Amino acid sequence: MSLLYSDVEEDLRGAVRSLLADRCAPASVLARCETGEPYDLGLWRTLTRELGVTSLHVPERLGGQGASLRETAVVMEELGRAVAPVPYLGHSVLAVGALLAAESSVESRVTASLVARLAGGELIAALAVPLSMWPGADFPTSVRASGDGVLTGRASAVADAFAADLLVAPALGPDGPSLYAVTSGFAVTPAVSLDLTRPVADVVFDGAAGELVASGDAAVAALSSALSVGAGLLAAEQLGVAEQCLESTVAYLKERRQFGRPVGSFQALKHRLADLWHEIVTARAAARHAADALAVRDPDAPVAVAVAQSHCAAVAVHAAEECVQLHGGIGMTWEHPAHLWLKRAKADEIALGTPGRHRAALAPLVNLPGPS
Amino acid sequence: MSPAVTVDELRRRTQELLKAHDPQATDRLEFLRARFDAGLAWVHFPEGLGGLGLPRAAQATVDAELEAAGAPDNEPGRIGIGLGMAAPTILRYGTDAQKRRFLRPLWTGEEVWCQLFSEPGAGSDLAAAGARARRDGDDWLVTGQKVWTSSAHNARWAILLTRTDPDVPKHQGMTYFVCDMTDPGVEVRPLRQITGEAEFNEVFLTDARIPDTHRLGDVGEGWQVAQTTLMNERVAIGGRAAPREAGMVGVVAQTWRERPELRTHELHDRLLRLWVEWEALRLAGDRLRQQLAVGAPGPEGSAMKLGFASLSQRLSALEVELLADEGLRYDDWTLRRPETVDFTGREAGYRYLRAKGNSIEGGTSEILRNIIAERVLGLPSEPRVDKDIPWKDLPR
Repeated sequence: MSLLYSDVEEDLRGAVRSLLADRCAPASVLARCETGEPYDLGLWRTLTRELGVTSLHVPERLGGQGASLRETAVVMEELGRAVAPVPYLGHSVLAVGALLAAESSVESRVTASLVARLAGGELIAALAVPLSMWPGADFPTSVRASGDGVLTGRASAVADAFAADLLVAPALGPDGPSLYAVTSGFAVTPAVSLDLTRPVADVVFDGAAGELVASGDAAVAALSSALSVGAGLLAAEQLGVAEQCLESTVAYLKERRQFGRPVGSFQALKHRLADLWHEIVTARAAARHAADALAVRDPDAPVAVAVAQSHCAAVAVHAAEECVQLHGGIGMTWEHPAHLWLKRAKADEIALGTPGRHRAALAPLVNLPGPS
Repeated sequence: MSPAVTVDELRRRTQELLKAHDPQATDRLEFLRARFDAGLAWVHFPEGLGGLGLPRAAQATVDAELEAAGAPDNEPGRIGIGLGMAAPTILRYGTDAQKRRFLRPLWTGEEVWCQLFSEPGAGSDLAAAGARARRDGDDWLVTGQKVWTSSAHNARWAILLTRTDPDVPKHQGMTYFVCDMTDPGVEVRPLRQITGEAEFNEVFLTDARIPDTHRLGDVGEGWQVAQTTLMNERVAIGGRAAPREAGMVGVVAQTWRERPELRTHELHDRLLRLWVEWEALRLAGDRLRQQLAVGAPGPEGSAMKLGFASLSQRLSALEVELLADEGLRYDDWTLRRPETVDFTGREAGYRYLRAKGNSIEGGTSEILRNIIAERVLGLPSEPRVDKDIPWKDLPR
């Protein structure tokens, strides 16, 4: 298992980073987040058409590039660094992730054709579950499906639903859990969201016609797999956010002067940044480990995901909180992007299972049971 | 030599050594000397000095073959200062005569080494050290006090940092020597620590005589020579990946599993948090090893020590709490003189107290944070008031 980044992965990172440097500067991200177009679909088109970021871990026979979740994780790191307002998590990681996991089920032809349509990113999808849902959670029951695939119900706080043309929706049908693809008959109401760059939205299905993609155990497994991949790859995003926060803070403390010297020369501040750097070193290893374990379907992946998500979530929040504090007054202003990183880090801590949820999931996996 | 050839060739040489000196039928020291002479002691050292001039990573091949054959090792835990600190310094700064004299018995463990650096008045600020060396014909006479010296009571040699010129700023007036620990001017006293035992010593030097031929590096160059020693101390990371739960976390996890009646919800969440942090640190160690293997060493080594110290302390503290009534007891306060130190040895109380040293020894965590902040993150240093003042005029 390699915990390093391959040359190919570094090239991919370089391409994404230079595009984002050009098209996704903090000021433009900030300006967009209060408009009626919270997603930058122009940037999305360039990312998908020119860099192919949505087809990386999709197999070639389904129109993808046949790379792996390791590459997708690198994209997550870079998009996290820039808090880029694109629906990558909802689309590529969660929705396509659920379809790929369902692809082995009986309805595989349906799934395969859907994945092929989504791989290029022209059609945007989201997974219609609350972003806070964790891999081991009970199958949702808030959406019901009739015998002929008509969906009724709601899902709240869904990530990237506002940008979605297609929803992958878990629903309880007459025969139990099932997974549907829905392209019409649903209403999306954007919520005023804590995370300005990844707004959540409430979805209402009112007699929507769904196409069945998996049912029974296959549907449960596909949803759980998508959430697990999501939690594991979200760690990569959290790593990117944390790195951005540290770098920005270090740069500021080198230039900001008080008491006649750069404030970065004060030991009280240096030690906090050294601790943060140390946390990020460990977060990078944990995030890489999870991406690799997911990519090769390592049986140890559930442990790797629980470790990465519980650790990286906390590191990103700590880094963003330190970033605000160590920037002092400017860090508290709307004008400075530190709050975008803080809001993303805090929302990510809840997303796909809090650190506490992941520790609870870890306990039985590593034989550390609680008190009886 | 391509890497594939190296591995095969190394295996062949190792098998030759084993054939010529059957470890089952050969005296331990004789085997170790033969291994050194075959260049299989530390393959990254030069030929003729126990090595073959190969990359450090190639050692794993030799070690695996020897371990499989049940060959004796040189008890690295007992001679860590010699292997990790004295040897790389002698290799870098020693004369040919010094290398030939010192390295072989150092590696075989026939001669134990210790380190005479820290002083009561020079801990983190090592460059302030004041043990005074004065020229006496072809010799030097050294007077001063050193502290925190492990193995001093069974060491044959010491690496010693002295002050030779008090009239120049502190970094410039230092000289580095190899000191004979059997010299009558060397007195070793046990230094009892908070665990009750005395792993370390105080060493009093009173006109200890050192021939000039035992100087490492130039007169006045001691600080640079010491940097080599200290860098190797911090880089000393094992060649093998540690398995999950190796170390303090495994000890505490075992207690947790064996004693369900002691568990509480609060301790459970703390244990899981620490378990996760330890696992992330272990993975960072693996990642560092992979970087070293492809020749791209990162600065992550300092992160490893910082994390190891903090986690060992918090884990061992949790175990004492977990044990409740038993946590009120201690196994033995008797002054012992251990030859090796095992951070996870003895009982919970000992582990808790010994772990306190992890953030002090080998560079305090505070100094490590300074190093990370200044050398990795590039933050400016604190204003220095002592840099250009002659050592003798420093405020004390």
